[in-house]
Amino acid sequence: MLNSSEIRARAAKLQAGFEEAGALVVDPPLLQPAGLLLDLYGEDIRARAYVTSDGLRGEQMLRPDFTVPVVQMHMHEGAEPARYTYAGEVFRRQEQDPDRANEYVQVGYEIFDRDNSSAADAEVFALMAKAVSGLNLRAATGDIGILMAAVLGLNTSDRRKAALMRHIWRPRRFRALLDRFSGRTPVPAARQALLSTDGALTGAGPEVGKRSRSEIDERIEALRADATSAVIAENELLALEALMSVRETVPYALEQMRDIAVDLPAISPALNRLETRSAALAARGVDVENLDFEASYGRTSMEYYDGFVFGFYAETRPDLPPIASGGRYDALTRQLGQGAEIPAVGGVLRPDLMLILEEASS
Amino acid sequence: MSLKLGVPSKGRLMEKTFKWFEKRGVTLSRSASDREYAGHVDGVEGVDLVLLSAGEIPRELAAGRIHLGVTGTDLVHEKLPRWEQQVEQIEVMGFGQADLILAVPQSWIDVDTLDDLDAVAAAFRKRHGHRLRIATKYHRLVREFLTDGGVADYQLVDSQGATEGTVKNETAEMVADITSTGETLRANHLKILNAGPVLKSQATLWRSRVAAVSAEEKLALKQMLALLRGEA
Repeated sequence: MLNSSEIRARAAKLQAGFEEAGALVVDPPLLQPAGLLLDLYGEDIRARAYVTSDGLRGEQMLRPDFTVPVVQMHMHEGAEPARYTYAGEVFRRQEQDPDRANEYVQVGYEIFDRDNSSAADAEVFALMAKAVSGLNLRAATGDIGILMAAVLGLNTSDRRKAALMRHIWRPRRFRALLDRFSGRTPVPAARQALLSTDGALTGAGPEVGKRSRSEIDERIEALRADATSAVIAENELLALEALMSVRETVPYALEQMRDIAVDLPAISPALNRLETRSAALAARGVDVENLDFEASYGRTSMEYYDGFVFGFYAETRPDLPPIASGGRYDALTRQLGQGAEIPAVGGVLRPDLMLILEEASS
Repeated sequence: MSLKLGVPSKGRLMEKTFKWFEKRGVTLSRSASDREYAGHVDGVEGVDLVLLSAGEIPRELAAGRIHLGVTGTDLVHEKLPRWEQQVEQIEVMGFGQADLILAVPQSWIDVDTLDDLDAVAAAFRKRHGHRLRIATKYHRLVREFLTDGGVADYQLVDSQGATEGTVKNETAEMVADITSTGETLRANHLKILNAGPVLKSQATLWRSRVAAVSAEEKLALKQMLALLRGEA
């Protein structure tokens, strides 16, 4: 059994390494106002974070991660460009699996930099790789930005694109929408009945609640318009499906995706970025030739990554969560910045898991 | 020590529970005073009757303070994470049927499926600056159901009673509640969403998997179960 002083000592050592790389130490509070996290993640966060409250400050959460408070702090008072490191406990409520820790230490490194995203991506990945070298981990990488570019480039209405974009992080819902927009699943009977009736439909029964008649009429209008818009073409759909199942080493993945870009030309700029990032990774000594790339990687994580994503896994211990993980979250800074935004990328290490693996191998 | 049987302490649920046991040769009775929550078991030796609020029975089973308990499926599933590991379902009792359902205003003629609900939730949030609120007391079940269905941009607000009224009062846009006939929903101008019930519930007899059982209690349990299952 690990004792917490061992974990703390390792965390301090890892953090010292990040300081050496140029990061400023930050130490956000354990208790975070719940409103902001709820606003970002919705009701799902309640299943994952501990909520508490008092009469004065209302609902608060034991921090489920550092990223949100660090971004907030940076948007509020940070100088640019900036590198931050933090080390401390995070808390995750567990209701399904009693073997998963509900409290553990994370050591993180975050870069806020406008100028060179590829270099920043490579810097974070290389630092994490260096910290876990010797543990014989498998690295997985992905890029949510490619998938987003594919969706935005589809020949379909803005409304349909927005619906798909909203559910990129919920693969099953995404699939269901795609099936509907491509005509693979039939229009439900109730919808058909609604659409086959003309004129104003509201006004029959009493109106209760905050959602007004005009909002309902508006949606019916939009549904009518949607019913007449063309389905997503078969070649685009197949290309999108092929894209989502790409799982190869980086060079082969790039080759496959360049082929797919014939049908989905909108992904080309994102592929160029992947290529630039790969060069930056190689320049930092990462073996890109043998690095795994999965186009759908990161889709089931918390929904703020929108570009490069990565994780390091112990193949001898498939029961363990990733030992290190991270990614790019430009959109999160936009959401928290109230108008301001800055490209940002970061990663976290789990010193407890590192010690477990070292213990097992010695 | 005696085997402890927990049953609902009042109302129709208590009466029906008593009848169900009576039919199987086990007579449950409350003490003479209506105010005192004590009772008696005849028909099996060594069993104590514990009268509890139906909502507390899942917790008492999970804590091992009672060996057997009668309460609704809805309450066990809502209050006990991984309930299969804490309690065993012995018999469904054939009364107290009710569905946990999602209901929206009847005026929402554009909303029939979870797909619709999700789209409306997104639009509502954009328009009103807050998430679409669902009033309920079944937080865990509803959240799991909606997560599974891929619905986002909603928010659960707690409502421990008169839940159907929250829409009219504009403290919620829709509700998730238990209903058996749907009458209260209709009276409040609500309709059930075509998404299947979140859960079908009925009164059920449960056995605690964690309660310690002495040799004596084991014998009583065996006799009791044999009677209830008509094997005695």
